[in-house]
Amino acid sequence: MIGPHRKTSSALPRFVLACITATLAALVTACGTDYFEIPIETPIQPKLDVSPFQRVLVIGFVAGGTDDVDANQETVRLLRSQLRTKSSLKVIDADILPLIEVARDQSQQGTSDDSNGPRGEGSAPPRAAGNGNGAGVGERIQGVSLPSNIKDEKDLEPYERLFANTAYWKRIGEEFQNPLIVTGTVLFTNRSTSGFVQRDQETFDSLGRRRVMPMRTYMERKGFILRPKFVFIDGRTGATMYSESYREEILYNAQQNTPALSSYFELMDRLVPNFLSALSSQKIRGTRVLLK
Amino acid sequence: MNARLIAIVASAAVLAASPSFADAKKDAKSQVEFGISVAQRGLWREAIYRWEKATQIDPSYAAAYNDLAIGYEHEGQLDKARKAYEKALELDPNNSQVRQNYELFKEINDRTAQKDK
Repeated sequence: MIGPHRKTSSALPRFVLACITATLAALVTACGTDYFEIPIETPIQPKLDVSPFQRVLVIGFVAGGTDDVDANQETVRLLRSQLRTKSSLKVIDADILPLIEVARDQSQQGTSDDSNGPRGEGSAPPRAAGNGNGAGVGERIQGVSLPSNIKDEKDLEPYERLFANTAYWKRIGEEFQNPLIVTGTVLFTNRSTSGFVQRDQETFDSLGRRRVMPMRTYMERKGFILRPKFVFIDGRTGATMYSESYREEILYNAQQNTPALSSYFELMDRLVPNFLSALSSQKIRGTRVLLK
Repeated sequence: MNARLIAIVASAAVLAASPSFADAKKDAKSQVEFGISVAQRGLWREAIYRWEKATQIDPSYAAAYNDLAIGYEHEGQLDKARKAYEKALELDPNNSQVRQNYELFKEINDRTAQKDK
């Protein structure tokens, strides 16, 4: 009796296992892992309605940080060239304004306004500073001490009031037939750090097979941080329409000598699509995986 | 115990073999495959139509939602794309390809939604 009983009990699981295996095989066949990589272009709508403008004026930036790069000049040049090719707006070629000086002039003017009252019109051209014609006196950078050397965000902060001086920006707008004005701040600073970083290390085993292993190593690194803030001003009213801030960082091995200017362009390259997407519709290219 | 196992396997087999269930799955799959073939030729609207149909036929078909999300993304319908990706992940949370697509999508979507950081 024991013999046949054993035979039956061992046969059943085998049958069940066979059924399960067959079902799984059918499922694997049915749910095959077929996939197809496909390129896509995602259209992005602009964040700003620029339809009232035909022209754009990238006027200048309050820039600070390292002296190795003139962040005001470089940012204006780069954005103008990008806008020329990737936006429908006509780019105005005008002298780049040294906005730090403009802000300082406005600060002094504001102080003298306080003591002497409004000045006569036309005492200074609008490009040089906000002239004391009485308009927008309350918005000027009055009595604020502006650091002569901008090294960090704290130094940059008092300069931000310049963008709220609607009277000044309106005058700039009038001078250039009411364009969209692009301005802001740019801080490009050195950065050095040390610590453990994970790197891929290539090794070969006794059979000569290549393997890549993640390794944690202590490293001294240096690089740069780029912190731009783009401010979009309506040249008809002088009011800020929109602003956006970014932060990008790049670090290299401390022994590697990378010029500041090339790091600046590498970091700006990452930000330019974001900047452009504020003004014009963009198509972002990418790849996705379609599944069966 | 054995009898119970046999019963489970048998009911699974019956369910899988049920004509309406199998037909719906097959139909949804053929819609998805057709959608893929037209998307590869650049006919994205047709592809979206097919993938929408596939999700209606089989609402548990994660791949159809994934493909639909990609179609919406390509057409700039980012809200719809997000919902479709989320549905695909809800149905198949461990699918690394859907997750990767979704991560790439989020990168773009976050960028467009980015205001003063």
